[in-house]
Amino acid sequence: MKEPLNVVIAGVGGQGNILFSEILAKAASVENFKVTVGESYGMSQRGGSVSSHVRLSREFLYGPIIPAGSADVIVGFEPVEAARAALEFGSPDVKIIVNPRPVYPVGVLMRKDIYPEIIGLIKKLKEISEQVVLIESTELATKAGNPVAQNIVMVGALAGSNYLPIAKEAFEEVIINVVPPKALELNQKAFLMGIEAAQELIA
Amino acid sequence: MGWKDVALTKKGNAVLLNGNEAIARGALEAGVCYASSYPGSPSSEVIDTLSKISSSDLYVEWSINEKVSLEGAAAASFAGLRSMCVMKADGLNVAFDFLTSMNLGGCKGGLVIVVADDPLGHSSVKEYDSRYLAKAAMVPVLEPSTVNEARDMVIQAFDLSEQLKGPVMLRSVTRVSHTRGLVTLNKLPKMRRKAEFPAGECFLTKTIFHMKARDRLDKAAVIIEESGFNYYEGFEGADTVIFCCGTSLLYAREAIKTLGLQNEVKVVKVGTTLPLPEKFILNHLQEASNVIFAEEIRPFLEESIMILSSRHNLGKARFYGKITGDVMGLRGPACGEMNADIIIKVLANIKNLYYRTPGYDPEVKEELGTMIPPREYAMCPGCPHRASFWAVKTAIAVDGRDCIVAGDIGCYCLGAWDTGFNLFDTLHCMGAGPGIASGLSKLGRFGLERPTVTLVGDSTFYHAVIPGLINGHYSGSDYLCIVLDNSVTAMTGHQPHPGTGINTCGEPATTVPIEKIVAGLGIPCKIADPFDNKNATECIFEMLRKPGVKVLILRQECALVQARKQGKKKRRVYVDQTICRGDTCGCGRFCTSVWGCPGNIWDPVNGKAAIDEAVCVGCGVCAALCPADAIVVEEVY
Repeated sequence: MKEPLNVVIAGVGGQGNILFSEILAKAASVENFKVTVGESYGMSQRGGSVSSHVRLSREFLYGPIIPAGSADVIVGFEPVEAARAALEFGSPDVKIIVNPRPVYPVGVLMRKDIYPEIIGLIKKLKEISEQVVLIESTELATKAGNPVAQNIVMVGALAGSNYLPIAKEAFEEVIINVVPPKALELNQKAFLMGIEAAQELIA
Repeated sequence: MGWKDVALTKKGNAVLLNGNEAIARGALEAGVCYASSYPGSPSSEVIDTLSKISSSDLYVEWSINEKVSLEGAAAASFAGLRSMCVMKADGLNVAFDFLTSMNLGGCKGGLVIVVADDPLGHSSVKEYDSRYLAKAAMVPVLEPSTVNEARDMVIQAFDLSEQLKGPVMLRSVTRVSHTRGLVTLNKLPKMRRKAEFPAGECFLTKTIFHMKARDRLDKAAVIIEESGFNYYEGFEGADTVIFCCGTSLLYAREAIKTLGLQNEVKVVKVGTTLPLPEKFILNHLQEASNVIFAEEIRPFLEESIMILSSRHNLGKARFYGKITGDVMGLRGPACGEMNADIIIKVLANIKNLYYRTPGYDPEVKEELGTMIPPREYAMCPGCPHRASFWAVKTAIAVDGRDCIVAGDIGCYCLGAWDTGFNLFDTLHCMGAGPGIASGLSKLGRFGLERPTVTLVGDSTFYHAVIPGLINGHYSGSDYLCIVLDNSVTAMTGHQPHPGTGINTCGEPATTVPIEKIVAGLGIPCKIADPFDNKNATECIFEMLRKPGVKVLILRQECALVQARKQGKKKRRVYVDQTICRGDTCGCGRFCTSVWGCPGNIWDPVNGKAAIDEAVCVGCGVCAALCPADAIVVEEVY
């Protein structure tokens, strides 16, 4: 195993980035990893970019910021945010799991900036990275019962990708503990849909 | 959900906490009885956590500002209880007058002041190094490096405070407060202290007590020399030493590991940056040829160690730090955040190593970079501030006198950005708006004829606006103060305030309505709903034209709170594309390009406006503003 394993979770405020990193970190600690999660969510409630850095190690407690170009996995809840994370932390070895549904920045809506064509952006990411997996997590979560659960679909996709040495059961156990009971069934469904979607694509 | 883990009584459990939760846990393990704060990122989760587990053994308070908050906590300390006051760096300024007074006479029960700095200003308008204030106030400073150490240091800070009979500051930073890590729980104390304030025991401020404060720092220097706060790692005889504090310890370790310099570089972790553990530092300074400083924001440790070095005539070592300009990130020395890359660069330079930063080739990065639009801050879908800002903008345009807008601190500081229509002409600190508006309104005699509006928030109103209003009213100023009342302290995570009718722990409490305070001051006051945008605009226009100080409360609950209460949307909003005229309308795509709500999007296929229904919260303000009446609001049952 590479030491440490660095995961960047990139998205937009309100997409459930913090819960995702909490589940990942707790699942990693079930597997006895030393884990550090760095979160930047200062302006999250105001539509800004939100990213979490999760660092897993068997031997060493790492700092909360992943060094440049050193992410092993990027989980992007939004295509431009995935690309932004790749620009800073990606490398030819990085694996990217991305929800291709755009959330337009206010500058784009105001026609100051241009939002890239998704197909072109994904093609570029595929060209320069080890692997890019597209998960329609918002659509899958809507099917599971609530689009808000897209983050849990992405947890499933990460678990199903086998990019990290963390058993699916560890994720499952943590989800049962952190999700409120009344939302558990929906979230378990979303999690399974994520696993299946990733397994189909990566098989 | 961290608060449940914080409340666990079983010791030995390893739980994943963020730094602020760990600080809360540390306080509980130390037997804290009184904890107070005014919310401010990145410090808010300490009291958010404790407020959920307050009990008969623990009083928790969201105060209306940091000064009264610290005064309350100090009172508990005077009565012999352990107390803690929490704030962001900016808040220490507010509490500072009291702190510099109280620290002279000192206190009794352990009093820990937790101050969270925000390097890079993740959630602040300024990045600010609170250690310089601690130095001015002569208060010892402890700096944790990890989440687990944050917990440990809180406990030690309480002990130190009681040994010194004076307050102790714990300096956190965003990357401690908002980092999650495993914390192994200690046991929680069973016995609680009894509060006692015996007759004849006084806590006074007198100039002569300056000596007491000085002696306390001297005593602290002796204690910390023997403590476990300061330690080193690596090869003892290394010629290169990194002096570091806070999170920089982790970055230094990683840099050394990355470059494989374990046998050549030593890391000296300074846990007490004020006072310095001088003997300990001199030990590591004497034999060093290269000395690197790694710390967050300003060169505080660096300056102190340089003075120490010069006092002892240690001219041998070459220093690499922020003062010398060697330690810096993208923003240059002493601005922005520390990270491992910065230290790798300095180390590689000293050791003459070639280090290629991993990642894509520069050409690839350049190409990818051109595809990525910036994501500026945006107000939430359905945010009442957007509607208020639009009403202010429209009223000012109709008024035609080129009104100056003085902003203030809260979510609505986005009035200084595109999303708030770049409305603000000034933006500084909590409560600065009314003071500036008052001053500007006095400048007519010098030829400044522009009228002034100031925009403040509801929580800000209680925190720092009232003195400015009284001053303006008394001095005969002319300005309109608009209170953007979203009925919660929104920016920091929806804490209650005196206008909300609930207390820190969610129980019913006395309400102190803003309009009653304003009426009591004898200042004319109106209330309007920003979602009734036409009426709000008319109110602003009319009040702008009246003399004297006026207050308009634009009241509409924070969209996030409403969404949480309602659960499901009550209204569906959509664009009737048979009515929308697209680019032939002449509105310049008002709903997407001007209004700027994330719920309003452009449908490029049909060349018409649309609503992103997954994002829209159904406030319906855009429907009222659409010049073609193409946006439909439908009640959902």
